[in-house]
Amino acid sequence: MGFLSAEEKGLVNGLWSKVNVDEVGGEALGRLLVVYPWTQRFFQSFGDLSSADAIMGNSKVKAHGKKVLNSFSDGLKNIDDLKGAFAKLSELHCDKLHVDPENFRLLGNVLVCVLAHHFGHEFNPQVQAAFQKVVAGVASALAHKYH
Amino acid sequence: MSLTKAEKTIILSMWAKVSTQADAIGTQALERLFASYPQTKTYFPHFDLRPGSAHLRTHGAKVAAALGDAVKSIDNIAGALSKLSEMHAYVLRVDSLLSHCLLVTVASHFPADFTADAHTAWDKFLSIVSCVLTEKYR
Repeated sequence: MGFLSAEEKGLVNGLWSKVNVDEVGGEALGRLLVVYPWTQRFFQSFGDLSSADAIMGNSKVKAHGKKVLNSFSDGLKNIDDLKGAFAKLSELHCDKLHVDPENFRLLGNVLVCVLAHHFGHEFNPQVQAAFQKVVAGVASALAHKYH
Repeated sequence: MSLTKAEKTIILSMWAKVSTQADAIGTQALERLFASYPQTKTYFPHFDLRPGSAHLRTHGAKVAAALGDAVKSIDNIAGALSKLSEMHAYVLRVDSLLSHCLLVTVASHFPADFTADAHTAWDKFLSIVSCVLTEKYR
């Protein structure tokens, strides 16, 4: 068995096929900045981050969220080699962006909350469990090249 | 960390809705906890943890009742939950894992209410509850 069981892959891909990746990306990044305001330090150039409404409506936040989640989505296609898939991004986040990997875990959990919010009861305990494995794997892959 | 007035208002008004399904929400949060974080089951070797079990429903109701107590005494959560803190002295990280699962449960049950501000309020409230529970660890 690879990283996920066949059943878990089914649950993840099944839900993900219904996700509007661009929208959910903006939502997840926005909520990260609202709920954990210290993360705003990485986005000083993004303009108005002065309130929840400002952040959630901010076009740069939405655009960046879209970028982040499309990258995550690409990673899902290589679920059995997340470390390989995210190697370059890991180096970037360490060497250029200086982001503490703890923030990847925070974003992963925010994404899980956003999926629960969007999908309600469909995002049941088994689906959540599969996604928790995925976000943990992605966070770990993004931290893998840190030195 | 403490809740702002606005955050308390959000928690109180959402709790009015949550409390009508409190037991189910407490139970589902536990189901989510055990499914996503199997290591947490080590604290319940004496329980039947299968979804729908009587043990889960009873314990879920207790969790919900404790949260209700915290909401009722939102200005003094430490006072309201001090007994629980002694009982949970050895559970590692369960507090933050259960907080996350409670957040996910609330998000999935109340789509209209779970705005970014509500998400923040709940995350902070549950963090405070967690802190109170772990305060007496050593």
